[in-house]
Amino acid sequence: MAIEVRIPTILRTYTGGEKAVRGDGASLSALIDDLEASHPGIKERLIDPDSNGSDLRRFVNVYINDEDVRFIGGLEATLADGDEVVVLPAVAGG
Amino acid sequence: MLTIDQATYDGIVAHAKRDHPDEACGIVAGPEGSDRPERLVAMLNAASSPTFYEFDSTDLLQLYKQMDVNDEEPVVIYHSHTATEAYPSRTDIGLAQEPNAHYVLVSTREHGNNEGPVEFRSYRITDGAVTEEEVSVVTQLPTV
Ligand SMILES: [Zn+2]
Repeated sequence: MAIEVRIPTILRTYTGGEKAVRGDGASLSALIDDLEASHPGIKERLIDPDSNGSDLRRFVNVYINDEDVRFIGGLEATLADGDEVVVLPAVAGG
Repeated sequence: MLTIDQATYDGIVAHAKRDHPDEACGIVAGPEGSDRPERLVAMLNAASSPTFYEFDSTDLLQLYKQMDVNDEEPVVIYHSHTATEAYPSRTDIGLAQEPNAHYVLVSTREHGNNEGPVEFRSYRITDGAVTEEEVSVVTQLPTV
């Protein structure tokens, strides 16, 4: 099983500069654990530290096949071989 | 230093005035690594707020996909302040996540929707540190 994950500029320090990496997992949560194994530190940048591991950070957007995962189950969203995952930091401020 | 052409500068200012008293936001894309702000993209402020801005998540994905196809990056990320000076707020600093971008702030507090000068300032924001930079407005960007 292979899932392509597009990595934003700010997180490429964890991927040796790579714009896209491959990962594995039946859910977004499992995929993030798999990414963490090959790119240590990346998980902490994606998961809300106050959520006990159950939610993404508020200002990180993750899409599976162009759908914002917030609308399809968040970290429990399911993944299949060939899916494309995109990570994008929110553009926001006050 | 940020070098920006007059038409793009005017476009950002017009957008900020149009959306006042809500914050306006958008980007200027340019070829990757070029530092040339060439393509102005006014975005919708999904927060529709005088004190907060956020790109809609679907619009954000479309924007980045289009830039990817064009081999572009966000050279400028701009937004307006409608009641305070054109200086990054603590929220702006905490949420700045494009280390290569020029963060442009426009303040419409003086003249709101009306004609009149605005504050237009540019910053680098990396790892919580803000560095103001000079803004050079040119008739046209130099030819490559
Ligand atoms: Zn701001």
